Amino acid sequence: MRGWTRGRGLLVLPAVLVLLAFTVLPLCIMAYVSVLERGTYGGVEWGRHTLDAYVAFLFERDLDDSLVLNPDYLKIFARSFGLAAFTTALCLTIGLPTALYMATRAPKRRNLLVFLVTIPFWTNLLVRTYAWILLLRNNGLIDKGLHDLGLASGPLDLLYTPFAIMIGLTYTFLPFMVLPVYASLEKLDWRLVEAAMDLGATRVTAFRRVVLPLSLPGVVAGMVLVFVPCLGAYVAPELLGGAKVLMIGNLIQSQFGAARNWPFGAALAFALLAIVLLAMAFYALRFGAAPGEEKGR
Amino acid sequence: MTDAHALVPRGLGPVAVLFFAFLYLPILILLVLSFNANEQATIWTGFSTAWYGRVLGNGDILKAAGNSLTVAASASLMGTALALLAALGLKGRSSRPLMALVSLPLLVPEIVTAVASLLLFVLIGLPLGLATVVLAHTVFCIPFAFLPIRARLQGMDPLLGDAAHDLYATPLRAFLRVTLPLLWPGILSGLMLAFIISLDDFVITYFVAGAGATTLPVYIFGMIRIGVTPEVNAVSAMMLVVSIAFVTLSWIVARRGSA
Repeated sequence: MRGWTRGRGLLVLPAVLVLLAFTVLPLCIMAYVSVLERGTYGGVEWGRHTLDAYVAFLFERDLDDSLVLNPDYLKIFARSFGLAAFTTALCLTIGLPTALYMATRAPKRRNLLVFLVTIPFWTNLLVRTYAWILLLRNNGLIDKGLHDLGLASGPLDLLYTPFAIMIGLTYTFLPFMVLPVYASLEKLDWRLVEAAMDLGATRVTAFRRVVLPLSLPGVVAGMVLVFVPCLGAYVAPELLGGAKVLMIGNLIQSQFGAARNWPFGAALAFALLAIVLLAMAFYALRFGAAPGEEKGR
Repeated sequence: MTDAHALVPRGLGPVAVLFFAFLYLPILILLVLSFNANEQATIWTGFSTAWYGRVLGNGDILKAAGNSLTVAASASLMGTALALLAALGLKGRSSRPLMALVSLPLLVPEIVTAVASLLLFVLIGLPLGLATVVLAHTVFCIPFAFLPIRARLQGMDPLLGDAAHDLYATPLRAFLRVTLPLLWPGILSGLMLAFIISLDDFVITYFVAGAGATTLPVYIFGMIRIGVTPEVNAVSAMMLVVSIAFVTLSWIVARRGSA
């Protein structure tokens, strides 16, 4: 039995090798490509290094080869951060009361509610986003509904706006907020809240002073888990933002499509990865676990 | 235990109702509209299954669906096999670096994984096609299969293995006759989740598929970009139903085993 137990550890190897070869190695290659020169006809010049791709985040080269500030990409970064931040705030506003509601139901009911929260996550992202096109477009359900009620006149033009992107992102990532918050509330010792109320705290005060601080790891995990994928979103801005409202994800994709600037695309993706790793590191230092670790128990 | 719902602010119920309405109404509306007879995809004029017929008669959609099924079946089987071995190897111990590595595909934003995978395949000279899609999918199937299998293993009574050993079962026999049957619901649940996550994937596939390996989500993306049509409604509704059916099944299997 001993030998078997010792040898058993080797079973991890195939998965580890596959993960190293197809996630860690590609990320390293991506980092390397981001400091290469772009090829004349797309692709890259292997072995010729430059930081041009990172310089291009903020500057462009003028005709006389001097660097001038180029606010085009800066606008896209600012919009991506803004939309991700607003979406996170919106998810927290809806998600926290919902998680609190779920955590205070009978255990059997809770399991069903958790299941209902997870179902949309497993459905196709495109299909979920497409449903919002049906709702938001001119002459779509919301537009037509408001007109029929006499609450609006003229086309509302809800689709292809930052607002539409935010709704789509909220719809996609709301479960990522509810589940970790719920997980931390579920473990909460309600006797502490009871004690607070015995000592004269109202429901709201008890929530603010006892429940909220104790659920903070879940709340912050939820914020990280919503903010990070929102920042790198591609489908929602592509379908709900139209060609006008770009986010970082669209910018990255276009570098591998029409723009054919791989180093720039790799640099953008690497910057995104750096933000993710920083967020994870911050969370691990502050709460001593990876965000979502409690979710998967 | 104390009665928890007397201890929280009032008014949570309505928020929760709104939340679930927000989560399910768009899906429900899409399902209803897919049976709309009208050519105009959002104005209801009568019940019809004509658009489903149109979808099932579209050779390109069927070919894309076939590609999707091939990819999802291969990637989920390989991913689950790797995840099962890893979970058995990690049974009864915890290794944070290994756990971090396994969950890496979940933490890295999809678009970053997509770019990185594309660059790897180009660098090693692997032509983009179904093979590259299967490889990329296998990787992100691993964590989805790993988590339910590991949860199942952790909930297992370690004394059962000892008992098999005391009764002179060889390690292999003990595994086949004791561990595997108990683990089966976890494996099946993980396999189904991996299958559905592969079937639904769009962003990574879009980057690494190349021209000849269009999967159903990539095809649907092309359709949506052209415009809202009743065919898109019907094919979207079909994808929704398949996903929901699989997840529900996976949930039932995982619970049946643990009850």
